[in-house]
Amino acid sequence: MKLKHSIERIMNMVFFVCGMVSIAAVALITIYMIWAGLPAIVKIGPIDFLFGTVWKSTAAEPQFGILPFILTSVWGMFGALLIGVPVGLFTAIFLAKLAPAKLGNVVRPAVELLAGIPSVVYGLIGMIVLVPAVMDFFKLKSGSNLFSAILVLSIMVLPNIISVSETALRAVPEEYEEASLGLGATWIETVFKVSVPAAKSGIVAGIVLGAGRAVGEAMAVMMVAGNVANMPGLFKSVRFLTTAVASEMSYAADGSLQKQALFSIGLVLFVFIMLINWALNRFLKRGEKQ
Amino acid sequence: MSHSQKRKFKENLLKVLVYGCAFCTVAILVALLGYIFVRGLPNITWQLLSTKPSIIRDTIGILPNLLNTLYVILLTLVIALPLGVGAAVYLTEYATSKRFIAVVEFTTETLAGIPSIIYGLVGMLVFVQVLGFGTSLLSGSLTLVIMTLPTIIRTTQESLKTVPAGYREGALGLGATKWYMIRTIVLPSSISGIITGCILAIGRIVGESAALLFTAGSATIIASNILEAYSRGGGTLSVALYIYASERGEFEVAFAIAAILLILVFLINMATRLVQKTLNGKEQAK
Repeated sequence: MKLKHSIERIMNMVFFVCGMVSIAAVALITIYMIWAGLPAIVKIGPIDFLFGTVWKSTAAEPQFGILPFILTSVWGMFGALLIGVPVGLFTAIFLAKLAPAKLGNVVRPAVELLAGIPSVVYGLIGMIVLVPAVMDFFKLKSGSNLFSAILVLSIMVLPNIISVSETALRAVPEEYEEASLGLGATWIETVFKVSVPAAKSGIVAGIVLGAGRAVGEAMAVMMVAGNVANMPGLFKSVRFLTTAVASEMSYAADGSLQKQALFSIGLVLFVFIMLINWALNRFLKRGEKQ
Repeated sequence: MSHSQKRKFKENLLKVLVYGCAFCTVAILVALLGYIFVRGLPNITWQLLSTKPSIIRDTIGILPNLLNTLYVILLTLVIALPLGVGAAVYLTEYATSKRFIAVVEFTTETLAGIPSIIYGLVGMLVFVQVLGFGTSLLSGSLTLVIMTLPTIIRTTQESLKTVPAGYREGALGLGATKWYMIRTIVLPSSISGIITGCILAIGRIVGESAALLFTAGSATIIASNILEAYSRGGGTLSVALYIYASERGEFEVAFAIAAILLILVFLINMATRLVQKTLNGKEQAK
């Protein structure tokens, strides 16, 4: 009997420890990002670092301004959402409200498949197909620019927007729609004027989730954005926060200010993502309350 | 235009937009798959799959990358599975404080939202440098353990919630201890959820590149045994695709790897569906 009790106690502890793992992981990540990212920001000066427009990490007199990366990430995110949100939302409406069962069973697996494709595969296609196409179409010297990156990102955010929005649209109570139909509105009018507004929180959550994916994507944009530390312009070769970290990490010397600054860029990215997560959580909670 | 005509026009316009966008989404996927298979499949040869790159013979083989991918999947799951399932069990069976559950769920969501490049940075600091594992498959796998935890916790939790309370009460009523009840009743009834979590985690591992590039590197050496493999660095398929495409300009190889990755993604999606279907079938049979 005693043995049984102690096994119970031990298992209780074991499961408790497992439950703590994700808390510990988040704490660990936060602490290490701050610990590794803060020194360079202090050394360079927060204003010079965040608002400096020139990044020359390997020059004789190095300059570490990351405003170009921040703005590129922000532009990239909004650009991807500008294309991804309408297409994604309409597809979600199709899946949740309009699709005949047979068509839905074709489109839904397609969306799941899009979600599962690794980012390097998107990058490869972007590099081989999209970049030359953009170059020819706009008569540019090179197609590796912000525009190509936005196109790739807009496809990558689609699955997130679609699946979250579809779930939200399906959760709209039937009575709302029946009432609207009963008042003489057509099905399309009902969907757009009743269902979509009712599912607003969930749809916004999907968009925020997509924003997070766009800001955090590294490898795919690395392969199509050209990777030069310019201030952002639609047809300029640019560097994102993510690619700024990835592109110099392999050759920056340990302990150098350059490497420390790369961790600081990581910290800035981390703060961005935490803000997005926080917003996501709020919208999801609001959706649940409704 | 009369009011009703206007209304009709608007309605048709929206309908066209909705159908058009859904069509676009599918068309993008079909074009992607088609292009990659057309360019990739012819390049998948036995020689590519069964050798390592050789400078002397000037050939490229992806056997080391295939093996590395397998090793990473294996170690990651061996660690992440018990941890993730344990966390889910704690949350649904043991935890009594609503506050604590909310905190754990919030941190799990947060982990799911952190981009892989951040995992790469932290993995490099913690596992490669501070713990001294070096750039190795071990460091890479440990980094992926944290990345895949949210997936496993969430799917397991979902399926634990579907186990009827009557099962638990029945077992406890017959005098089973809590752990005995979990071991013999709760976990077996939620096995399909756990398997789904595993499959999704494998999908994430197979597609991962940024986090592994900094923690496991991109080497293409075949280790003589499995322990040696984990102490050495090595690139998985996705990392190899990136290296061959952007640093070496070997696009035939890159497309061949892309085709293999897509086939894997396809299989993973099919497997998830199959598991869920058998689960639903069983539920109905009950």
